[in-house]
Amino acid sequence: MRYVWRRLGHAVLVLLGVSFLTFVLAAAAPGSLVDELRLDPRVSPETIEAMRVRYGVNDAVPAQYLRWLESIGRGELGFSIAYNGPVGPLLWPRVRNTLLLTIPATLLSWLIALPLGTWSAGRKGGWLDRLTAGATTTLLGIPELVLGLGLLLFAVRTGYLPTGGMTSLNFEELEPWQQMRDVLVHLILPVTALTLVSLPVLVRHVRASVAEVVRARFIQAARAAGVPERRLLVRHALRTAANPLISLFGLSLAGLLSASFVIETIMSWPGLGPLLLAAVAARDLHVVVAAVSCSTVLLVAGNLLADGLLYLADPRVRPERA
Amino acid sequence: MTSGPHHPGRNHHVALLALAGIYVTAICAGFFAPYDPSTQSRDLAFVPPTGLHWVDVSGTIHLRPFVYQEGRAYPVRFFVRGAPYRIGRFVPGERHLLGVDAPAMLFLLGTDGFGRDQLSRLLYGAQISLFAGPLGAALSVAIGLVLGGLAGFFGGWVDTVIMRAGELFLAVPWFYLLFAVRMALPLRIEPQDAFVMILAIVAVVGWARPARLIRGIVLSGTTRDYVVAARALGASDLHVLRRHVLPQAFGVALTQAALLAPQYILAEATLSFFGLGVGEPVPSWGNMLAVLQRYDVLSSYWWMFLPGGALLAVFLLYYLVADALHERVAALPG
Repeated sequence: MRYVWRRLGHAVLVLLGVSFLTFVLAAAAPGSLVDELRLDPRVSPETIEAMRVRYGVNDAVPAQYLRWLESIGRGELGFSIAYNGPVGPLLWPRVRNTLLLTIPATLLSWLIALPLGTWSAGRKGGWLDRLTAGATTTLLGIPELVLGLGLLLFAVRTGYLPTGGMTSLNFEELEPWQQMRDVLVHLILPVTALTLVSLPVLVRHVRASVAEVVRARFIQAARAAGVPERRLLVRHALRTAANPLISLFGLSLAGLLSASFVIETIMSWPGLGPLLLAAVAARDLHVVVAAVSCSTVLLVAGNLLADGLLYLADPRVRPERA
Repeated sequence: MTSGPHHPGRNHHVALLALAGIYVTAICAGFFAPYDPSTQSRDLAFVPPTGLHWVDVSGTIHLRPFVYQEGRAYPVRFFVRGAPYRIGRFVPGERHLLGVDAPAMLFLLGTDGFGRDQLSRLLYGAQISLFAGPLGAALSVAIGLVLGGLAGFFGGWVDTVIMRAGELFLAVPWFYLLFAVRMALPLRIEPQDAFVMILAIVAVVGWARPARLIRGIVLSGTTRDYVVAARALGASDLHVLRRHVLPQAFGVALTQAALLAPQYILAEATLSFFGLGVGEPVPSWGNMLAVLQRYDVLSSYWWMFLPGGALLAVFLLYYLVADALHERVAALPG
């Protein structure tokens, strides 16, 4: 239990650090949305000064940061000048949409990577192994930006899939089950993109970890004792390799969230990515800080989950760290 | 140890050579590009790649390829006089590798929405896109070397401060961090300054991972027997750092740089793609792709995808090189 509390405490500290760092970076930016208004001759200098006071732009950065922290308690996460409202209600649907992409993509890529990696580790140098190695190297070499655009091109050319967004234009008029189907159809393209991004790294690591275990003496012994090859791989090798793979789960999340930023924005999926991009372009300070902190929360939560899994899976981890 | 199904030892020479070729071509963009990248032919927007012909209407075969312009044939010429350019800022020139006589135009890769030659823009864009990556990576790794070295060597509070700060940078998903750091700089920025800005951004964003690795090496390096022996013989901090620690760190630094370089090329492309990096009229592979955000362009003009293809090729080559470097460093004794 102490272990869990320590990990949580550490996560909170990291979050505080990240949000403060982002706040300082964003506040250091020359020009804010209020300043942009100055270009408009219809807005008087008095109005701008009043706005500066109201939004607290004049205060020292630490004071602004403390006020921002305070507003988290009210579920607001600051105030968006561009949307003229608290950031919280803007953020939650965006987080949900990002999770709607990343969770299926994570599941899908692990579901493919585990059997594929294990299989190619078992038949090193076989046709499947060689094919997988070639495919992973190629996929690794495709930048997210190009992959996203390529998939969009595919959608445009074939016309089978929608080319962006999360819902069709007539979404409001659809029956509930049709609405679900509509969102699912819109999910296909971005989830495919994200799966293709995270897949090669996973396959490589699964293969490497399992291959390392396969060389171990106890596997040879089991093989000599007549354990069938398939059972050997799945029951013995994969289980032993679980440890580094669980750690990999946490690590791979970072890449996935990062790729999700690009894919969401290209495919106009209303997730955290487009929100952050628009906020950076509009100099909307609190939205930037909230979006960056939120993405960090997702990542940290994923890492905590991985730690928890590791704690459950491997008794050796417990006494050392507790 | 036998290397797996592929042989990186052989592949990486080819990859290195290809990369070198691409970089030389980018530096000499002025010579290889038929036109200036910002010359517009407004009435020739989104013209598909010019077809090269060898056989004319009467069925005669020509050794020198030619292009058709309003029914007339214009032969393609080599080393033609054209728009003046400079190679590496200093060497002036006005001869271009390929060209056709006016009024015909040679658009080997088509034109963009302003009727600018896509091939010329691709070549000039490479000067920004390809150099932002390695330079940014070198900067990041240099910062990582210094900070990681300090942390590992001195330990104590120096170590704590540096490594905790690094942890913050590693805790944020990469692209989110990239745009958060971008937020700290002015929104509208001159294209010339944008390149320096991108270098600064990626250097700040990426120092943490190399710093962490270098720290590990320094920590293990300072406790080795021969280092302890050198210390016993009176070697100074600086001597130990220079002779025993840094040479080991060098291999790791090189591998990290090779891994970071393509990532930073993508960073530039992504920033410019979303209009927050290098802006018009200066071409970069990212801002050339930005036009694909328009549905009609995406669906109709396939040659606008070519910068993406170029990115892809460069990425693959970099990964081959990084893979080979990684295996080589891992195979080093000690």
